[in-house]
Amino acid sequence: MNLHELVSQLIVDTKGPVDGSLFSLPSADSSLGVFLPEICLCVTIVLMLLVRVFRFGRRVDAFYFAAAGSLVALCFVAPWQHLGVPTAAVARMEIFTGMLVYDPFSIFIRSLLLGFTFLFTIFTKLSGIPDREDGPDIYTMVLGATLGMCLMASANHLLMVFMAIEMASVPSYVLAGMMKGRRVGSEAALKYSIYGAGAAGVMLYGISLVSGLLNTAHLPTIALTLSERLPTMQPGEMMVLVLAALMIMVGLAFKLSAVPFHFWCPDVFEGATAEVNAFLSVASKAAALALLVRVAIGFGGISPDGVSPGFRSDDQLAAKQATTNDVLGGITSADGLSNGLFSIADEEAAPAHPSHSDQPTPSGIGATKHVTNDQQPAAISISAIDGLERSQDFLAKMIAWLAIVSCTFGNLAAYGQTNIKRLLAYSTIAHAGFMMMPVAAMLVLVKYDPRSAESAIAAISIYLTVYLFMNLGAFAIIAFLRNAMQTETIADYAGLIRRCPITVICFVLILFSLIGLPPLAGFIGKFAIFASLADGYRLSAAAGEPATFLVVLLVVGGLNTAISLFYYLRVAKVMTMDPEPEDRRPFVFSDVSLQGFYIWILTLPTALLMLNWDVLNRWAQAAAKYLLA
Amino acid sequence: MFDEFWLLTLIVFLPALGALILAFVPGGRDELVRYITLAVTIIVLGLTTAGFLFSDSTSFDVARGDMQNTFTVSWIPSFDIEYFMGIDGISFPLIMLTALVSVLAMGASWSITKQVKAYCILFLLLETGMLGVFMALDFFLFYVFWEVMLLPMYFLIGVWGGPRREYAALKFFLYTLVGSVLMLIAILLLYFNSDLRKVAEATHPDPENPNVAVADWESLNISDEAAKRLGYGTNLVYDYVGQVGWLRKGSKQSDMLHVEIRRFGPLEELEHTTADYVAEENRVEISLHDDEDTVDHVVAAVQENARVREVVTALARSDGAREVLAANIYIEPADELPVHTFNLLALAAVGQHTDCFNGKALLGWKTQHWAFLLLFLGFIVKVPSVPFHTWLPDAHVEAPTPISMILAGVLLKMGGYGIIRICYPICPMGGYDFAFIVCTVGVVSMVYGAFAALAQKDFKRMVAYSSVSHMGYVVLGLGVWSAAAPYYNPDYWNMGVQGAMFQMIGHGISSAGMFFMVGVVYDRVHHRNLNEFGGLFSKMPVYTALAIGIFFAGLGLPGLCGFVGEVFVVLSVFRFNVVLAVISAGVVVLTAGYILWAIQRVYLGAEYRGPHEAALVPSTLRENTIAGILLALAIIFGVLPYHTVLQYMDKTIERQVDDLTDWTVRTEHIRQAEESGGEADHSSTALRTDSDDLVAPGSIQADLDRVLPTTPTAVVRPYNRSSID
Repeated sequence: MNLHELVSQLIVDTKGPVDGSLFSLPSADSSLGVFLPEICLCVTIVLMLLVRVFRFGRRVDAFYFAAAGSLVALCFVAPWQHLGVPTAAVARMEIFTGMLVYDPFSIFIRSLLLGFTFLFTIFTKLSGIPDREDGPDIYTMVLGATLGMCLMASANHLLMVFMAIEMASVPSYVLAGMMKGRRVGSEAALKYSIYGAGAAGVMLYGISLVSGLLNTAHLPTIALTLSERLPTMQPGEMMVLVLAALMIMVGLAFKLSAVPFHFWCPDVFEGATAEVNAFLSVASKAAALALLVRVAIGFGGISPDGVSPGFRSDDQLAAKQATTNDVLGGITSADGLSNGLFSIADEEAAPAHPSHSDQPTPSGIGATKHVTNDQQPAAISISAIDGLERSQDFLAKMIAWLAIVSCTFGNLAAYGQTNIKRLLAYSTIAHAGFMMMPVAAMLVLVKYDPRSAESAIAAISIYLTVYLFMNLGAFAIIAFLRNAMQTETIADYAGLIRRCPITVICFVLILFSLIGLPPLAGFIGKFAIFASLADGYRLSAAAGEPATFLVVLLVVGGLNTAISLFYYLRVAKVMTMDPEPEDRRPFVFSDVSLQGFYIWILTLPTALLMLNWDVLNRWAQAAAKYLLA
Repeated sequence: MFDEFWLLTLIVFLPALGALILAFVPGGRDELVRYITLAVTIIVLGLTTAGFLFSDSTSFDVARGDMQNTFTVSWIPSFDIEYFMGIDGISFPLIMLTALVSVLAMGASWSITKQVKAYCILFLLLETGMLGVFMALDFFLFYVFWEVMLLPMYFLIGVWGGPRREYAALKFFLYTLVGSVLMLIAILLLYFNSDLRKVAEATHPDPENPNVAVADWESLNISDEAAKRLGYGTNLVYDYVGQVGWLRKGSKQSDMLHVEIRRFGPLEELEHTTADYVAEENRVEISLHDDEDTVDHVVAAVQENARVREVVTALARSDGAREVLAANIYIEPADELPVHTFNLLALAAVGQHTDCFNGKALLGWKTQHWAFLLLFLGFIVKVPSVPFHTWLPDAHVEAPTPISMILAGVLLKMGGYGIIRICYPICPMGGYDFAFIVCTVGVVSMVYGAFAALAQKDFKRMVAYSSVSHMGYVVLGLGVWSAAAPYYNPDYWNMGVQGAMFQMIGHGISSAGMFFMVGVVYDRVHHRNLNEFGGLFSKMPVYTALAIGIFFAGLGLPGLCGFVGEVFVVLSVFRFNVVLAVISAGVVVLTAGYILWAIQRVYLGAEYRGPHEAALVPSTLRENTIAGILLALAIIFGVLPYHTVLQYMDKTIERQVDDLTDWTVRTEHIRQAEESGGEADHSSTALRTDSDDLVAPGSIQADLDRVLPTTPTAVVRPYNRSSID
């Protein structure tokens, strides 16, 4: 392959078929074409900063830019187009020479992130923080962090993993110290950044170990190499590998605020404003979970091969046909109608493509290019690979442990809190534990039934969606009440139901939803997670090697639901049952206001999603497609 | 009046609708709010009475033992969750009881003066949850309704309760939540282990083995979604391309007419959708044009070709109309994935007719055993049985009177209902093997509750413990599994279940009445210390007369509603275990002891010994009406137990007990065969049901027939071959 071919391939990869001129718009199946949401965020940031140069621009509230930018970016992701219609589901596509991946899962998570950012900007506008002076700076940070999180959701390479985490973290450090004059805010920011720097360093070390050992940092290639080398690996190498996995896990656990890397979380949540808390607890967590799923699949399973950028349009019809058939339950998978890439992948189920291991390239990127630019994607049948089982098992148990500890510790520690933000910080730790559980189940299930493993990932997506509304709603109420009452102490909420009944009812519904009680939406997420655990146990037991730790997870999850009852209920009790304090300072908070309306908007899905969550489930299932073979 | 869908939906959700309306009533109109709430509860009672007793189409048919008024609507198809409701002899009396107790409790709610609107909204939401639990036949739906009650109940106790209300409310919430989490785990276990394909296999009677009972497919109310995946489709979905077959619902797959549907793109030479018949392969080919792929087009194509129409209509035994075609399409199962279900009836069939739940789980127990244990624990928290009863006295003592009535009258019955509706039919092996544990739990609750009641000084607490004791009868009656080897005689068991069911109804009346009576006197003197009463007879004569009547009903005096259930249960236990029977019979004496002693201390005597003597005014008309209705029902149920209660549940209980007896016979024979001939006969090692290889039900039945050629007690259920269109 000469240089010219390489360059032309790179162009094809980046902006589609070569026939267009250099300045034509990227086609929809090129790297740039599917990267438009992120580009849109970048443009918004630049615009927001540049417009201040002009006098009229200074008068425009940066909020409008941020809201419009996130909304337009969401439109570019277009989940309704890709997830709503099963026949239009996009295939897996590695973009930018394999650094990122574009698949239904990234569409789902990114639309979640961008939709959240949109709601979040409205929230900040309503709560008045940041003010107009700080607006451009803060929204730049928010959109910048969102950009990093979008990259986290679609990272396909360990270097990208690290870059994305840093891109998401650095603005978050600044956001934590957003209120410049407040000492607690500065303390929170300092703590957050020191912890973050430490975790990032450890993670980078782990990444370097892995890529040194396996000669690659491209996640699917890591899986492939592991499957080949694990059965014959030396104990010393094995130890390095385990160490590296643990170190990478440190970085992820920090972003997830999983125990024992959670120490920053309560302090940061207490010090930062409720607005920033909402951002950190939802967006940051969603991105970190998506990343956890990607890394877990990278180390424990093999992602299927998809199309390459620029080569999709030629086979689009066939690919669509194949997709259609796949959606229909594979009725005609072999009837000769479909001869697209998928049926090739299906039919030529060759165990491992030999050419992959023959040419170990020194750098990760080299290996990446090798895989992505390979015009004949190799098809790998997961069941044929025994070597991966060990790493799956190790990862599953490690994640299960983290989940158990986070969940239990978070719930127990939340019990003693008096500050509502601190309480919710521990609650988010516990929820992170819950959301990690299906990853363990997925790693077990992938051995037996990839479709069930997809359901496990779908459970995460469902939980995240529900969690978005619950947590954003909770922090919105806290912020609005703070504006009105100047307090964030739970005891000061006493008897609030007599002052603003509808808001309190909304808050109570959100709290019960956080417990996971039907008929509120929180139960849907919890149900999906527990279902994936039960399914994992059932399938593994049927195969004769019961994964008992999944039952432990199930029981721990159940018990934690009961433990969490105490502290959520305490807040509900204080607001509804306790008498109003005599010496309460007068304050004004009307249920019927823009703020109140915003709270209703967020509570409605929490309360009514149970009526029909089939759409959500189907979208989540569609999103999990093509993650595994 | 309404069809079953609207009738049941309306009954369940009318209270919720009422709550929504109440939310828009301006504040301060307390009296209006109360009357609206009372009206809603009365309308619900009227609907249940009119719809299930005096309606042409939806009346409860006493002669039928299966589910009636069922309907299935797909709710969350991707998780096989359905909006599936119906009533049978077990749920019907409890629904009537719920509707009635709700009206009476609302009538008793006039004593609530704090935040009436919120109270009434929560009260109505609670009623929706209670009615939903008794009507839901989908496990997920059941669970949702089960939990829906928690929230209103927490606030009803926590806001309107006594001095330690917050503690009591939290305790109630926590106990019930732990119970329901256990239930959730069991639900997921059962869901993922269920497989409707095996039920479908067990549906077809084996011609060589006519004595083996089969599952009655028609009665399971399998939803169209699940049926489609099983191959019993009712709709041709135009997305499906490939192998399709036409078959009447419920008939064998070998009778199928194979239909091949081919899809043509717009580029290909095909003007419109056509159908063709290939005689030598008995196959119909349909060429589907890309733009004409709806059911209508296929029907038109079939009608167009005379030969195809002939073949299809011959199979459908009808004139080939569109409906027939749509109703009789068989789509070959897409893939070999198990078809899970939340359908309670189907789960029962899975538990009784297949070995899906016999897989080995933790500690070498079978899935069934674990599921039974988890469900049973979840339900006896609600019943409540010792040792999970401690929330009940607290909740009762702190709850306001009407909520105590609901709690004792309806909520406790849900535990018993869950055991009889879910535990036993779905996990028969768990029920069979744990029968002694279940009975022991029942007897211990009876004895402990009675002794604890004797020791109480608080009037309401005494009544609460009497509930623990009385509900012990229910658990005991349900646990008596007398159809064991070698007699397989289910008569005593039938009696035990009937006694338990009657006890639930009787206790619903008597305990609601007792709590109301305590509430009436508490409203006047604001204390409940048993030692500070006395002489109420002279001050409140009408009230005392009614109260003594109701307390006698609780005591189990012959001729009152408490008697029938107790006597049935105690009699049935003698066959099961004499020791337990003697103990449970002895509890009657303790019951008489605490009730008579309470009557003596409160109502009799010369003078009132407590505070607020001046407040002891005669009871009002409202109070007398409520108490009068309860006492009248207690007498009617006691005098005419069969005509008022038992006739409605008779057939259903008989059917359920017969089904489980069949199961016992089959299982016992298999177990005996295992023990005696397992080692000698090599082939029968495959019968080891606890082995990891799951044995297909057909082979169990065949082997059973070989081992024991005559199994005369097995009941053959006539297999319904007619199609339901």
